[in-house]
Amino acid sequence: MARYFWLIPLLPGASAFVLLLFGRRLARRWVAWQASASVFLSFTLTVAALAKLTAAGGGAAPLSKTLLSWIVSGSFSASVAFAFDEIAAVMAVVVTGVGFLIHVYSTAYMADDRAHFRYFAFLNLFTFFMLVLVMASDIVLMFVGWEGVGLCSYLLIGFWFDRPAASKAGLKAFLVNRVGDAAFIIGILFLLANVGSSSFAAINAAPGSGLLAPGLVTLAAILLFVGATGKSAQIPLYIWLPDAMEGPTPVSALIHAATMVTAGVYMVCRLSGLYAASITASAVVAWVGAITAVFAATIALVQNDIKRVLAYSTISQIGYMFIGCGVGAYAAGIFHLVTHAFFKSLLFLAAGSLIHALGGEQDMRRMGGLKKPLPVTFPVFLVGALAISGIPFLSGFFSKDAILTSAFAGGHHVLYGLGLAGAVLTAFYMFRLVYMTFYGEEKASCEPGAHPHEPPRAMTIPLVILAVLSALSGLIGLPVLFGDRANLIGRFLGNAFGSAAHHLAPSTEAVLVVAATLSALLGIGLAFRFYRRFPDAPARLSRRFPAIYRLLAGKYYVDEAYDAALVRPIIRGSEWVHRHFDLKVVDGALNGSAAAAGLAGKGLNILQSGLLRDYALAFLMGAVFFLGFLLL
Amino acid sequence: MIPPAAFFVLAVVLFVLGIVAFFVKKDLLTQFMAVEIMLNAGNLALLALAKAPGRADAQALVLFVITVAAAEAVIGLAIIVLVFRQRKSIRTDDLKDLKG
Amino acid sequence: MALVIFIVLSVLCVAAVVAMIVSRNQAHNALFLVLAFACLGGVFGLLDAPFVAAAQVLVYAGAIMVLFLFAIMMFNLRQPFPPEKKRARVILAAVLALVLLAELVLAGGRALGGGSTAGIPADGAIADLGRLLFTDYLYAFEITSLLIVAALVGALALAGKKESE
Repeated sequence: MARYFWLIPLLPGASAFVLLLFGRRLARRWVAWQASASVFLSFTLTVAALAKLTAAGGGAAPLSKTLLSWIVSGSFSASVAFAFDEIAAVMAVVVTGVGFLIHVYSTAYMADDRAHFRYFAFLNLFTFFMLVLVMASDIVLMFVGWEGVGLCSYLLIGFWFDRPAASKAGLKAFLVNRVGDAAFIIGILFLLANVGSSSFAAINAAPGSGLLAPGLVTLAAILLFVGATGKSAQIPLYIWLPDAMEGPTPVSALIHAATMVTAGVYMVCRLSGLYAASITASAVVAWVGAITAVFAATIALVQNDIKRVLAYSTISQIGYMFIGCGVGAYAAGIFHLVTHAFFKSLLFLAAGSLIHALGGEQDMRRMGGLKKPLPVTFPVFLVGALAISGIPFLSGFFSKDAILTSAFAGGHHVLYGLGLAGAVLTAFYMFRLVYMTFYGEEKASCEPGAHPHEPPRAMTIPLVILAVLSALSGLIGLPVLFGDRANLIGRFLGNAFGSAAHHLAPSTEAVLVVAATLSALLGIGLAFRFYRRFPDAPARLSRRFPAIYRLLAGKYYVDEAYDAALVRPIIRGSEWVHRHFDLKVVDGALNGSAAAAGLAGKGLNILQSGLLRDYALAFLMGAVFFLGFLLL
Repeated sequence: MIPPAAFFVLAVVLFVLGIVAFFVKKDLLTQFMAVEIMLNAGNLALLALAKAPGRADAQALVLFVITVAAAEAVIGLAIIVLVFRQRKSIRTDDLKDLKG
Repeated sequence: MALVIFIVLSVLCVAAVVAMIVSRNQAHNALFLVLAFACLGGVFGLLDAPFVAAAQVLVYAGAIMVLFLFAIMMFNLRQPFPPEKKRARVILAAVLALVLLAELVLAGGRALGGGSTAGIPADGAIADLGRLLFTDYLYAFEITSLLIVAALVGALALAGKKESE
């Protein structure tokens, strides 16, 4: 069955196609069932292919299949070809597995929506493009998937397009991504021009084989990374992700937590040959990741919308993944990607169930005391929060530890420090969220007579599954403390990355583990103090440091800065061009040619006098000229 | 012996005179007569140029032309009669319906 | 001898046509044309085409022009037409016609080498013509008779008065 691995992207794609064409006429239950089933089938195929890979052991060639020859231009050719190696396997498991759970969740969450079929069509379409992205065997096909998920993100953020905030957010996401993609394309072109082939194998081998000069390697790597900052919401192109929360919550869970935003991390890992060859580029990746991690965490401290907190948390956590990639621990980066997919989508879906229970309330200041009315949502949310904070033995602990340990072992102590600081902040804002929402007095006002209640089982069962995964998935990547053979994911991915893992003395590693745990506990403790013991402490603090509070609450005014420096001038410039070029030149040319045609017509009209004599004269003239022409 | 060129020149002169007549005259009937002149000039040219010993093809052709011209004259006159009945005038300048 | 006849006939023909152009009276126009066609018949005879000459006189001068005269009488127009007001058009036409004349003469000059008008002896011409008409051009011959019938019927259909009028 693993032979049919190339169907993995195509099944959701076919489902999307059917839903887009006929979905309007199909029954709701069928639409939901078909969409979810196609993803489930892909998941099954993924597992089968994964089993085949693990059975084959290290060094085995990845599964690959070329579907059709696509571009043949001169000496350059690219085909539509899928490859299923270890990295693709891990990513595909996440996309199809988490994707399937979110599809199931959506069947209940979006059950009453007007455009039900459109939602599932786009969700399937997104799954298709994301799988194309991770299973592409060359960079051009990956870019197709890259753009495709950007498109679906736009479509789904602005799903409720009659809400102006939603459509603006969708547009913002698309445009900001476009900026990143421009850099990405230039990077691709540099690579294509110098390497001559678009396949990942060729590109990764190019620095070593001398096809790419070191300067070019760095340049291309940085350009591609700029594209990644757009897709994965890092500095400077992260601004679209908080606004993207206007979309339905399952969309936020799938696209803006688990899968699309991690595409940048995947890309860097895919091109590890390139990044490993350039110290500058890797440094850029790591530092951007670290600074973003802390930066976003500080903003999350003071946000009041529950989804915004999670959005900034996502930005921050992806920064961690890039730290991992930047210091050469690509496997650790992917490991954190996997665990983050589990607990972040869990948190988003649980938040969705919470919002659903409160009838649409998203402001945490109006929540509280929801521990008792939500006996399923509360525990799973707690598991997710503990996981992301890095409490020992849950998944987040192991993955974050893997990254920080690699950073420390590589000598990047400042990066390690930043990561540790970020961990404290992460624990703090997560538990601030937990305390504000689930503890304290019930402040939520709902419809008269209705109390907050648990959502239907279609929503709660995926939550539970994700909670279990968030708790236990750490076991695939146990640190060296437990023996070298324990790092299953590291060894699995090592086949693809080939770079040696860092080795630290067990004592050092033990110290680091303790440090990580302590920072998590510090964060939780501070949250407890501020939001449980002394509930008015935050208010007092913000009064004492009003400037800092306003800076954080205003998200460092980055959006406003971009707006003034870039957006408004561009808009004004466009209007100027419109007035002087569009209206005058283009329209002028068009109207002018129409007027010219009219004039020509009127001119020629003189010839049509209706008099026989004039027509005979024309005959005569014609005969004279024709004969003359023949004679001369 | 009369050179064929002489006949040809006569034919050409008649043809051109026919053209002039067409443009000078203002009524449909006389203009139709001018067309007949041109036809005849053509016949003459045919006979003059197509002379060959032992073959009378030109003559046959001219015979046919005369016959068809007769038929054409009949129909043409019938049309002019109709036009006259409709417009009560056969001044060519009055038939301006194609204007525009 | 033939040359003299030719010159007389051609001068007469051209004079008749010119008179037709100049005259304003429609009946006069028609009669001048009759003269012109008759002269042309003579010229045809000079070209060793006796049957065609006879046909020309009988059909053209005799039948067609008579038809024209009938039409003129039917229209019964009293006042002659005033001359063309816009001289420019006439002059342009005249100029063009002269140019055409020149061109045609030129073309003819190139086509003709010199040559004589020696052809079929006059008495053998009709036999030849008859033979041609009933062998090579048989179809055309029969079809023209159909054509004449069609013209007849057509003229009747077009211009025949309706009973109600």
